Amino acid sequence: MLADLFLTPFIDFAFMRRALVAVIAVSLVAGPLGVFLQLRRMSLMGDALAHAILPGVAIGFFLFGLDLWAMSVGGLVACLAVALLSGAIARLTALKEDTSLAALYLVSLASGVLIVSLRGNTRDLLHILFGSLLSIAGDALVLVVAVAILSLIVFAVIYRTLVVECFDPMFLRAVGGRGAAAHMAFLVLIAINLVAAIQALGTLMAVGLMILPAAAARFWAGSVAGMIALASSLALVAGLAGLLGSYHLDLPPGPAIVLMAGLAYLVSVIFGRFGGLARRLFPGAHLQH
Amino acid sequence: MDHIQAHEHGVHFHGPESADPAIRLDNVTVAYQRHPAIHHLGGSFAKGSLTALVGPNGAGKSTLLKAIVGLLPLSGGHIGVAARDKLAFLPQVTDVDRSFPMSVREVVDLGHWRKIGAFGRLSKEMREASSAALRQVGLAGFDARPIASLSVGQFQRVLFARLIAADASLILLDEPFNAVDQRTIADLMALIESWHHEERTVVAALHDLDFVRRHFPHCLLLAREPVAWGDSRAVLTPENLAKARFAAEGWTAPAEICAA
Repeated sequence: MLADLFLTPFIDFAFMRRALVAVIAVSLVAGPLGVFLQLRRMSLMGDALAHAILPGVAIGFFLFGLDLWAMSVGGLVACLAVALLSGAIARLTALKEDTSLAALYLVSLASGVLIVSLRGNTRDLLHILFGSLLSIAGDALVLVVAVAILSLIVFAVIYRTLVVECFDPMFLRAVGGRGAAAHMAFLVLIAINLVAAIQALGTLMAVGLMILPAAAARFWAGSVAGMIALASSLALVAGLAGLLGSYHLDLPPGPAIVLMAGLAYLVSVIFGRFGGLARRLFPGAHLQH
Repeated sequence: MDHIQAHEHGVHFHGPESADPAIRLDNVTVAYQRHPAIHHLGGSFAKGSLTALVGPNGAGKSTLLKAIVGLLPLSGGHIGVAARDKLAFLPQVTDVDRSFPMSVREVVDLGHWRKIGAFGRLSKEMREASSAALRQVGLAGFDARPIASLSVGQFQRVLFARLIAADASLILLDEPFNAVDQRTIADLMALIESWHHEERTVVAALHDLDFVRRHFPHCLLLAREPVAWGDSRAVLTPENLAKARFAAEGWTAPAEICAA
């Protein structure tokens, strides 16, 4: 019975095994990415960058057809261009970074939709935004796994600097830390993970898997390392549950996975140990001292 | 160091010169959108000196400290720091994320950053130095407490413990006593005085003029234009303070390009 539910799909079908590997890879990186997006107060920026990818992918598709590498490089260029340009505009003009980012990603999204409509059809657009986990090809799977491994290595290198850069950037620079470099490396990590996720969950669902488990983890963990461990675990559980749910109930896997992560978020908002709703509303009788 | 000079608008200001300066300012200008927040400031902070930076809000106190640290680009001039690798900086409490998920101990350990950097490990001596620093600020036993649970005063004590752990010879403090109670101010000021006895150079941006007169031998009065720099009692005269108030209030007027 349990085996039917949890094992048979993977034993019987190669596409489920490939989807499983992709989900594990994407979930493990989603934890640290999401936690630092949250600590840097950049959660919405992740979402904006996911939209910004579109014209690059579309141009790659326009020039080379459905080619994995052309679309990935195009998406990466578009994502980095929007991230860096919005930062530059915020620094050089009176506009704040959130507004310049919103302006640029909307322009980027609109040109992407326009380019897709010239050549492709809406199915291609949906594929980019929401992925096609159950039909992920061999080379796309290699890309997803390679990006995940590379990202975890880079994270290990920049981790301490990035933590201090979030907490107290001026102190870090005063003692000679390379906070700006760590921040740039982090932005690049966001970009390549969003692009790699096109192949699996799609960029929008990939952002969901970053943001929701990290937001849930904030309610349970008291340290950055604890938050990351919990966020990755929650992402993994949501990924497996969503994948199996989509298989048994015949649902699209991307949204199913993100909704499972959403469920973890909802439970955490209500029952979370640190600042959850229930604790705030019913704190219990006050202590002696 | 008892050198004082009044300042006329647009003329280079020369504060005290020292044969062995910890920080040398050479005609320094820092501007925001072309309006100078520090204007043609020259002079030096002698090694082992204890100096207060005073002036009204917006006078350029934080700007000068950040420029010395290297956080802000200069619009003109030069800042020489004798031992940049022995510099420690206390940012304004509003520039630090107090809700960050970190323990008291972890914050104090950051004081060792110069020695361990992004990859090194804390040695036994460094851990003991952190413990001693926590004891010194009166927070022994607070190691595991999340910083989010501390009061502003306790949090400021933690940041001072981090400065102790850093063992710096040049310590820059940006408004260290903002929103902090009297008892904490007294304790932290005693720490600053002990640093002064150990011949560390300390520069602190402060607001309370009576407090500065009592505790700080030297003083630099800023009001976007440097007003006076030298012995505290000679700097904080009614005339200089009136000048500072006048200079700070006149800043919004459309300004000509500075010819100096």
